[in-house]
Amino acid sequence: MKVRDIQAEFSLEVAAGSSGLDREIAGGDCGDLLSDVMANSRAGDLWLTIQSHQNIMAVAVLKDLAAIILVNGHRPDDITVAKAEQEGIPILLSPTSSYQLAGGLFRAGIMQKEE
Amino acid sequence: MSSLIKEFKIKAKDFIHAGEGSMEIRNSLKSLNLDADIIQRVSICAYEAEMNVVMHGGDGIISLVLDDTGVVVEVMDDGHGIDDINLALTEGYTTAGAEAQQMGFGAGMGLPNIVRNSDYFKIYTEKNKGAYLIMCFRLKNKIGKDCQGRLFTIWNNNKRDGES
Repeated sequence: MKVRDIQAEFSLEVAAGSSGLDREIAGGDCGDLLSDVMANSRAGDLWLTIQSHQNIMAVAVLKDLAAIILVNGHRPDDITVAKAEQEGIPILLSPTSSYQLAGGLFRAGIMQKEE
Repeated sequence: MSSLIKEFKIKAKDFIHAGEGSMEIRNSLKSLNLDADIIQRVSICAYEAEMNVVMHGGDGIISLVLDDTGVVVEVMDDGHGIDDINLALTEGYTTAGAEAQQMGFGAGMGLPNIVRNSDYFKIYTEKNKGAYLIMCFRLKNKIGKDCQGRLFTIWNNNKRDGES
């Protein structure tokens, strides 16, 4: 499943990085501590977080994440948007919580792969 | 293979450019088609070390050396140093301020993440002289040579505050 499919199915607003919407999704990770996401996310993951500042882009690039989804109505600042455009990593926006969205993503078939 | 050497500056408290050195290091390793596992491990360690300098350190340098046995990443800064290394290495311990914590930093996972993801790790620090950190990553099926850094002497020769 591609980032574009999830964006359409859950009616997520695309805040930036639309050039990366055709990326294939491998799994997902929820977290607001950057070190935790650095340690535990995997390449191709969707990352659900409330963090919206520019430093989330370094994490997404370094971990080769498929997209960032800002939950609970959070919106990225201008620098974050510019970096996402530059890197081609989508930032999607959801009004719902991480818990609710992650449940929906599981039902849609996005599972976290077991080691 | 001849060795590749790169160096990037780190500025204290510069959250706008934080992580750029690590991203350059990752790009360098990716362009050489290194194993995905080692790129991941180097990326995690480089980022944690770089963010430590941005958050806690003075200005610094992050350096990458790649040769046919492995990858060496060194990070040095001229800040106030680490008061208690054992505490700093303890999972969950942090001296980060409220602002950094609100941004999702300062979870006390930085150095523990580095220990977990590197094959060799050593840290030196002195009060008001900053810290020097070396992390080594062995390439698969290569016998690791002694892990040696380039920057230690430079860091070690830095003058402390008040020294003439």
